[in-house]
Amino acid sequence: MTVDELRLEAELHEVRDRIRLFELDRREFLRLCGGGLLVCAAGAGALVAQESGRNFGGHQLPQEVSAWIHIDADGKVTVYTGKVEIGQNIRTSLAQSVAEELRTPFASITMVMGDTDLVPWDMGTFGSRSTPTMGPQLRTMAMTAREMLIETAAERWKVDPASLKAENGRVTNPATRASMGYGEITKGEKLTRAVAGDPPLTPASEWKIAGTAVPKVDGREFVTGKHAYPSDIVRPGMVFGKVLRPAGYNATLVSVDASAAEKIPGVQVVRDGDFVGVVADDVWTAEQALLKIDAKWQVPPQISNAELFAALKKGAGDDGASEIEAALAGADVKLARTYTVAYIAHAPLEPRAAVAEWADGKLTVWTGTQRPFGVKDDLAKAFRLGASQVRVIMPDMGSGYGGKHTGECAVEAARLAKAAGKPVKLVWTREEEFTWAYFRPAGVMEIRSGVQRDGTLVAWEHHNYNSGPSGVGTPYMVANPVTRYHEWRDAPLAQGSYRGLAATANHFARETHMDELAHEVAMDPLEFRLKNLDDARLQAVFTAAAERFGWGKMKSTAERGFGIAGGTEKGGYTAACVEVEIDAEKKVHIRRVVQAWESGAVVNPDGLRNQILGAMVQAIGGALFESIQFANGKVTNPRFAAYRVPRFADTPEIEVVLIDRKDLASAGAGETGIVAVAPAVGNAIFAATGSRLRQMPMGVGTVVSG
Amino acid sequence: MADLKLRVNGVEMQVQAAEDEPLLWVLRNKLGLTGTKYGCGEGQCGACTVLLDGRATRSCLTPAAAAAGAKITTVEGLEQHGMLTPVQQAFLEEGAFQCGYCTSGMVLAATALLAEQAHPSDAQIVEAMNGNVCRCGTYPRILAAIRRATHTPVKKGADYDRG
Repeated sequence: MTVDELRLEAELHEVRDRIRLFELDRREFLRLCGGGLLVCAAGAGALVAQESGRNFGGHQLPQEVSAWIHIDADGKVTVYTGKVEIGQNIRTSLAQSVAEELRTPFASITMVMGDTDLVPWDMGTFGSRSTPTMGPQLRTMAMTAREMLIETAAERWKVDPASLKAENGRVTNPATRASMGYGEITKGEKLTRAVAGDPPLTPASEWKIAGTAVPKVDGREFVTGKHAYPSDIVRPGMVFGKVLRPAGYNATLVSVDASAAEKIPGVQVVRDGDFVGVVADDVWTAEQALLKIDAKWQVPPQISNAELFAALKKGAGDDGASEIEAALAGADVKLARTYTVAYIAHAPLEPRAAVAEWADGKLTVWTGTQRPFGVKDDLAKAFRLGASQVRVIMPDMGSGYGGKHTGECAVEAARLAKAAGKPVKLVWTREEEFTWAYFRPAGVMEIRSGVQRDGTLVAWEHHNYNSGPSGVGTPYMVANPVTRYHEWRDAPLAQGSYRGLAATANHFARETHMDELAHEVAMDPLEFRLKNLDDARLQAVFTAAAERFGWGKMKSTAERGFGIAGGTEKGGYTAACVEVEIDAEKKVHIRRVVQAWESGAVVNPDGLRNQILGAMVQAIGGALFESIQFANGKVTNPRFAAYRVPRFADTPEIEVVLIDRKDLASAGAGETGIVAVAPAVGNAIFAATGSRLRQMPMGVGTVVSG
Repeated sequence: MADLKLRVNGVEMQVQAAEDEPLLWVLRNKLGLTGTKYGCGEGQCGACTVLLDGRATRSCLTPAAAAAGAKITTVEGLEQHGMLTPVQQAFLEEGAFQCGYCTSGMVLAATALLAEQAHPSDAQIVEAMNGNVCRCGTYPRILAAIRRATHTPVKKGADYDRG
């Protein structure tokens, strides 16, 4: 992710780019400072102030802190980070990195994540940033802690620290065989240090805990139903809320009559401007009360699906002119094609949920979000509270895929709780989640290109209207490519991050177009790509996927087609080979997908395979059938019965080929695994049928002509 | 509101519920059994799956009153004396989840399937499980977990060949 893209993603969700002063309630921190060993990851400025090291000078925390690690007298290690666990397994893989550098058993690590009173400020968990940014910070702190433990043991034993070893949660002196557990070393001590910079960390080739398939932390809690998700939180005296939704987007409330609802025993109606909600002792009563509210809304006329792509191009400012005329003029073959992607929904299986509680002038909200501090800001703003008066706690939630950056459910729950004078739980319905969250942006991609008969790419121009800049640049060799994102701030539906951002749309367009060019010059699609690639990592994933798949060994027929596609984004490299079957009714079935993946050194091969596998399955939905339908400010398919998501029967035989580059830094892997499947499916369909599909989804039911 | 007697996980429970109140809300909000999840409220995703007399049932569409008299099993009722069932154990061993929100429903749907059919074919598993959505897309691992629970040899070479 480039700085520009990070800025854009941040802006989309009003994440101010800032380094925040550490302004939380310091009680927990001071309690930790009371004993044991504490290491902070700090900005360089903070480090200068206390270079010498063992103290924060009267327990003053450096002002720019991103995480910290504490070791107590029992040798228990607690890591505090603002990153959150949403199914991507980062709780496990970050703990592995800490255990590795600290030379302590994995089981001794506890991760405290996403609780704004306990962890330092963090922008949020998105952009595949946790592994490449938080990972090294935690490793740096753990390595520093290890050095401090060795130094402290050396002082006690009056020996040279260099003669000591740290392993398995103990410091040992190989000469005397003396040994002390980390807890014994930290007992009664106040060891504190802030670290920054880039110290030499353990190379991946020497990893013993990182790099291995450690099972997911608390896995047993998930198969026994014991894990408490945000929607499972219960507070003493808690009641249940529901919110009245407008009849459409941009609607204004004309009139509301809640008298029938108010007559239901135990129901309280809450009205605040256009916000109307109810609370009741149980959710069923709250639901019945909501149905009894008679509201009239005025919904202004708005565009529908049918007009979407024309509106996007117009809105995002299409000048229509090619900027690569000269390069095109010299090309043997010229091609200009337009591709589209629909609005789609994240549809996390756990909808937005929040439990809000006001006590002693302080608001605490348990909620599912990828941005606990962003939601904290939303709450502080909505209720005019100081930062210390709001706490957001993010229990590991039922996924997000980029769809839970916002805090509207938390604000609604807090508003209801304030009116009720009791803790309130609010869980959005599936329909609310489909309608009142935000969508992956729809987009139009136009590509113009030129290629020589020998397969050399000589001209390239790729415009993305509305869907985003991520992945718009081409990895293929071509002189002076023009790649541009055309932004539209007034797009018809609320839009925001979605796993992989626009890289899915842009890869669909580019990798489909590359296939079209290969066909134009009668080259094998893999050969054509490799001829125009000089990026060794991308070449390697293409080759690995092709080898495992057996690319080129079978020829496509009318019933069976093979397609390939790949790309790179956010430090991840991927290529997929797909086999589709076209049945007698011309319906498409994806039968087999082999996808190769490389993102540097693998921290947890099992977690990584699971992420790539999941991204591939999710990709099938966007490729074949997912599409938000809307008309006049209303989503017309806001239910799983009408919005099809991939199911068991849609899942092909899947194979993930991991390339573990121990010589390269680990990149994030939650997103880019989604980009290659759709174009590879489309290319396979073309190979079988000669029918070129340039839209995502390629068709509900996916009946192809030809 | 009417008084209902429900037999949940082998325990007789007394609860007040409205006539049409779904079993899901009663389990989650009145009996504190939050392992059963809300996903869609229309029987399309399977997150709310419980067993009624051993049959996989959508608790979001089943009025609690209709479940009175049946043996209700939720995910909390599977573990016995700290021992996981073969299906739970297999899900754990295959790492057959990411966020885990669908897992309760998946485990119960698979439990019902295996009670009826000890060694289902892949096609039978897909048919029986197709009403359960895993938005994280871990279907291949869930299939592998169900095969593991039946001691059916797992096909090598695919994603199951895990580091």
